[in-house]
Amino acid sequence: MNFDLTQEQEMIKKTIREFADEVVAPGAIERDRTKEFPIEIFRQLADMGMMGLPFEEKYGGAGADTTSFAIVTEELSRACASTGITYSAHISLGGAPLNLFGTEEQKEKYLVPIATGESFGAFGLTEPNAGSDAGGTQTRAVEDGDDWVINGSKVYITNASYAKHLALTAITDMKDGKKEISAIIVPTDAEGFTIIDNYEKMGLNASNTTELVLENVRVPKENLLGKRGEGFRQFLVTLDGGRIGIAAMAVGIAQAAFNRALQYSKERKQFGKSLSEFQVTQFKLADMAMKIELARNMVYKAAWLKDQGRPFTKEASMAKLYASEIATDIANQAIQIHGGYGYMKEYEVERYLRDTKLLEIGEGTSEVQRMVIARQIGV
Amino acid sequence: MNIYVLIKRTFDTEEKIAVSNGKIQEDGAEFIINPYDEYAIEEAIQVRDEHGGEVTVVTMGEEEAEKQLRTALAMGADKAVLINTEDDLEELDQFTVASVLAEYLKDKEADLILAGNVAIDGGSGQVGPRVAERLGINCVTTITDLKIDGSDVTIVRDMEGDSETIKTSLPLLVTAQQGLNEPRYPSLPGIMKAKKKPLEELELDDLDIEEDDVEAKVETVEVYLPPKKEAGRILEGDLSDQVSELASLLRNEAKVI
Repeated sequence: MNFDLTQEQEMIKKTIREFADEVVAPGAIERDRTKEFPIEIFRQLADMGMMGLPFEEKYGGAGADTTSFAIVTEELSRACASTGITYSAHISLGGAPLNLFGTEEQKEKYLVPIATGESFGAFGLTEPNAGSDAGGTQTRAVEDGDDWVINGSKVYITNASYAKHLALTAITDMKDGKKEISAIIVPTDAEGFTIIDNYEKMGLNASNTTELVLENVRVPKENLLGKRGEGFRQFLVTLDGGRIGIAAMAVGIAQAAFNRALQYSKERKQFGKSLSEFQVTQFKLADMAMKIELARNMVYKAAWLKDQGRPFTKEASMAKLYASEIATDIANQAIQIHGGYGYMKEYEVERYLRDTKLLEIGEGTSEVQRMVIARQIGV
Repeated sequence: MNIYVLIKRTFDTEEKIAVSNGKIQEDGAEFIINPYDEYAIEEAIQVRDEHGGEVTVVTMGEEEAEKQLRTALAMGADKAVLINTEDDLEELDQFTVASVLAEYLKDKEADLILAGNVAIDGGSGQVGPRVAERLGINCVTTITDLKIDGSDVTIVRDMEGDSETIKTSLPLLVTAQQGLNEPRYPSLPGIMKAKKKPLEELELDDLDIEEDDVEAKVETVEVYLPPKKEAGRILEGDLSDQVSELASLLRNEAKVI
């Protein structure tokens, strides 16, 4: 057993922590209000080589491990969760499936621009009637000569407005009344491809969440990603990795909420003493610190398993489920400790609650995580 | 161009300093590259990128300082040297550090040596100039701009808020002031490659230095924290009464007038 980070992981943590505090945090309240996408932050992250973190150098990446990815996602999310989710989706949903299932040519063409930050990474799975339930998929791709012709729509797709291409799932055939689902890479500037960016969200306001409409979108057959009919299984594998990102985000937001609550409780005086001198506050803070520590350990364990090439589905689900639930709880308690001030945007903690709620929903709801875990423990 | 940067591992600026048994407690504290030395590293990298050559970062101290050297390598320095005095020297002062560094540098034919203007812990600002003196090369402190053309160097230096332009020549030692540049964040590929870059570890024996010859000349008599700031007093009453009360307090209590 060894709980120490490696020298590289330590250095990455220190670097991204400084960057998060100096560059990402200052505009977070303003971006939440204006919904402005943090494009300039991502230009700098691209300059720092962070946009291709886990991918091989030959594809423009840096060859770092999943623990490092979790560290970067946590630190960015601590400063601004919109920035964190943009980054997490870019790597784990946009880049990862290309890296895992793409051919050499596809990686050259589609992974390299993602790894260098020239394009954002995005991924199209969720539909109005389908998410974790693949059976509800309605988007269809029909063979026509050398092309696929795709029709359908996708909802809640992160980063698509800033992506040059993305992989999405579509029904490619029906066999014995069952849908054959495959993944296809689609350039976002293809004719008939519309990206609508007008959701009004509860939080994560500066992240880009879009609706995709595909009307007779034509792409060459070679754009099939991985094996035909394997689209859904591939995305399940992708989501296992994505859940580590969501869990790391949750730890980051929870840490931010805890930091603010701790600081405020030491400054705020009521009934002649600081809030931190009341046992009720101390117990709240102790619980917060404990839960964050446990969640982070679980994230690191899932990341470590992934890096060892070992199964990590159960651990990634546990990390995502636990971290997202405690983050909502901690953000809520942080507001409570702040009292009336906590309800005001200026004090940041109310944003944490609005932002973190999504983490109990995205990439599989808490209920779906429990289904995954139940299946893994042999129920 | 053969460029050397002298750096120091210091307490993180956010760190609370605790003193016990007359020593500053280092347990659990975070350490960083002295912020002024970061300007020196950044400038060295920029000079190398413009004029070619190699940047070597040098520090003196304990094994732990390897982390700061690796960070400098991750920023873009080419080589690092740790002069480890952990086993040889109990106390270090400016004389000790400057003597050892100068001994190391004397046969390196450095064109340009950069250091921070001052370390945020000891705060003496002496090591850079002392090294230059021992090497017998030009030295300009607190610089905010550096231009090199052949062996001619034009420097702007900060003079307590004013600035002064100086012409000098290589070989040269300069110390970096805030405003010289904006130090870069280490890049991720830089971090991943830092471990593979050469880091040489030397001891005093390797430099043929006798401990007695570099023994600290400064003796630390006592280490203590500044007194706690006391709450201010708000004067009340007529304005003219307040003025005379203030004047008498300044004279009799604070004894500043």
